[in-house]
Amino acid sequence: MKRTLSVLVENRPGVLTRVAGLFSRRGYNIDSLAVGRTENPSISRMTIVVDGDEQIIEQVSKQLNKLIDVIKLSDITDDPHVGRELVLIKVNAEPAVRGEIMQIVDIFRARIVDIARNSLIIEATGDADKIDAIENSLRPFGIREVVRTGKIAMLRGAKTRGMEASGDGAGE
Amino acid sequence: MAQESKVRTGARALMEVLQDEGVELVFGYPGGAVLPLYHELGKANIRHVLVRQEQNAVHAASGYARTSGKTGVCLATSGPGATNLVTGIATAYMDSVPVVIFTGQVPTSMVGSDAFQETDITGITIPITKHNYLVKDVEELPRVAKEAFYIASTGRPGPVLVDIPRDVALAPCQAPVPERLELRGYKPTYQGHLGQLRALAKLLREAERPVLFAGGGVVVSRAEGYLQELAAKIQAPVATSLTGLGAFPEDNPLSLGMVGLHGKPCANHAVMECDLLVGLGVRFDDRVTGAIERFAPQAQIAHVDIDPAEIGKNVRVDLPLVGDISCVLKELLPLVEPARRPAWLERIKDLRNSYPLTYGRGGAVRPQWVIERLGEMTRGQAIITTDVGQHQMWAALFYGFTEPRTFISSCGLGTMGYGLPAAIGAALARPQKQVWVITGDGSFQMGMPELGTAREQGLPLKILLFNNQSLAMVRQLQHFYYDRQYTAVKFSGNPDFVRLAECYGAEGLRITKQEEVVPVLARALQSDSLTLIECLISEEEMVYPMVLNGSALNEMLLP
Repeated sequence: MKRTLSVLVENRPGVLTRVAGLFSRRGYNIDSLAVGRTENPSISRMTIVVDGDEQIIEQVSKQLNKLIDVIKLSDITDDPHVGRELVLIKVNAEPAVRGEIMQIVDIFRARIVDIARNSLIIEATGDADKIDAIENSLRPFGIREVVRTGKIAMLRGAKTRGMEASGDGAGE
Repeated sequence: MAQESKVRTGARALMEVLQDEGVELVFGYPGGAVLPLYHELGKANIRHVLVRQEQNAVHAASGYARTSGKTGVCLATSGPGATNLVTGIATAYMDSVPVVIFTGQVPTSMVGSDAFQETDITGITIPITKHNYLVKDVEELPRVAKEAFYIASTGRPGPVLVDIPRDVALAPCQAPVPERLELRGYKPTYQGHLGQLRALAKLLREAERPVLFAGGGVVVSRAEGYLQELAAKIQAPVATSLTGLGAFPEDNPLSLGMVGLHGKPCANHAVMECDLLVGLGVRFDDRVTGAIERFAPQAQIAHVDIDPAEIGKNVRVDLPLVGDISCVLKELLPLVEPARRPAWLERIKDLRNSYPLTYGRGGAVRPQWVIERLGEMTRGQAIITTDVGQHQMWAALFYGFTEPRTFISSCGLGTMGYGLPAAIGAALARPQKQVWVITGDGSFQMGMPELGTAREQGLPLKILLFNNQSLAMVRQLQHFYYDRQYTAVKFSGNPDFVRLAECYGAEGLRITKQEEVVPVLARALQSDSLTLIECLISEEEMVYPMVLNGSALNEMLLP
């Protein structure tokens, strides 16, 4: 079972080490982890996709909450949210097949962001399924390299998972 | 230099924090990178205890903290000084002991360059500290140091390390010692949730065979009074974990003693037969539960702990309750109704009679018998520190603890060499108390250099050293699990411990036969000098009861 955790952390050196180390040390599997600054420059948000049963997810959440640098943690998997990933795909593209590739790019509302003699870089955003689908569609042409950001997510509607929603301390 | 000393440096600001925190004692070992801190420590009115190796500074601070309830403080230099701390820090972490460790570090300009005596001690200690800091800006030092004390001593206590580069310690510091701290990511829950408290009261009301299971959390939160009140009010027997020894007086008729792989038979049976087990400040560690799938099979389990991550970690929990044990029990007491449980207490009495705690008699000196005598002669009121091995379990089983903060031992990590330095910290914290180190020849040789520290500090420690010239707990494991093939457990080069003690100006005594036990213990009890008693025992002595791997708690091997 994959769960998406949205975690507000202090924007300080070493925080990523503490979080990543906790996962490896306690034997939890990170599917993806994306981190970046929030609207408040002293706070970063980590979006962590973690794989595990209910008991593991509970332990992950509690152990993360114990880190002093973790300010707030929410499991947003079951809340309506927009989840996105960005991918860059470098694909073989002989002139003869470029037309076909461009059609695929159109279908997925992706973009070509670089052209070389025999290759293209394609940029796409979407949820994990869409990214997987575009990758699969391009595979027959020969994918040279894939770079994915991992998922970032935001709740739909006016609700936020920012600081104003916090105040209840550890354990949700 | 005279002019420079007027400047308030980071180091001086740090001393202001120590004074603000009421620190009276620092355990440490100096070296190049930490000298700015030592220079100011020398000027401040704070006593320093120079140990013989940094690991023992943490153990001593831990012994000090556990016996006094205050936070222990350590100081060490960068590189090897810092890495030597690691075992001490991990030991304190596993037993939730509040210790603040300050380390010197190479100057910030050299951090990351593999400079002389540089090591990434914050990186190394992330998994074994509650939190740690590398201070790069001197203006943050007063706040960070205050936070370190706050974090170490509140919630579930634990060690916090602050790494201070030399140039930061020497830089002028404007920032005042903060009066208030703002830690938005750290808000421990002390008060129990009222709904859960009521649910626990209901479980206690409905239970026919409850057992209260007290751990280190009871000691930490000073909840022993509430625990006795609760046990008496609802007539529930009380078992303890190893760290919980002393949380409930063992001479109380409701006391079951320690539960676990080497637990008391009656305690183990009671846990297996109870219909409600209330864990109070415990971790349900694997040394407590035995085969986890068969642990307390008839019981609903309620678990009260200040650390939410402990609840549901190891055992299934029917009723979780996050909070400080004192706060929770105080709120719980008016909610529970007095109860009498004649049938259950009768059953406990049967268990106690059917499965007494025994050991083989005859032969040479029996260590269990020696510890029982010591327990009688000190009325269970001495502070006992131990090392790790058979003697640790004998001390836990046979001493008879009656007061909290008197059993000081490396329970979670099982660190040999803990006993002597911890006793130094204990004796400095509680000078009115007799402090005994119960140890073995293996463990003692890991902490032995601290005899020099004990002598220097004029501490009248009593060291009871069981010598079987072997690592007999390891030998016991080889006996049961490795075909009685005894590999690497025999010491043939031990020193003469009595003469060794005399080399350190201590009194050395020896017990070779049972008749000598009481007179020698009596002599040590009357002595006000550092005393070592070597007690010769057989390497074939075993710790019983013993629950073998994969067995349930009530499937004990008995002598």
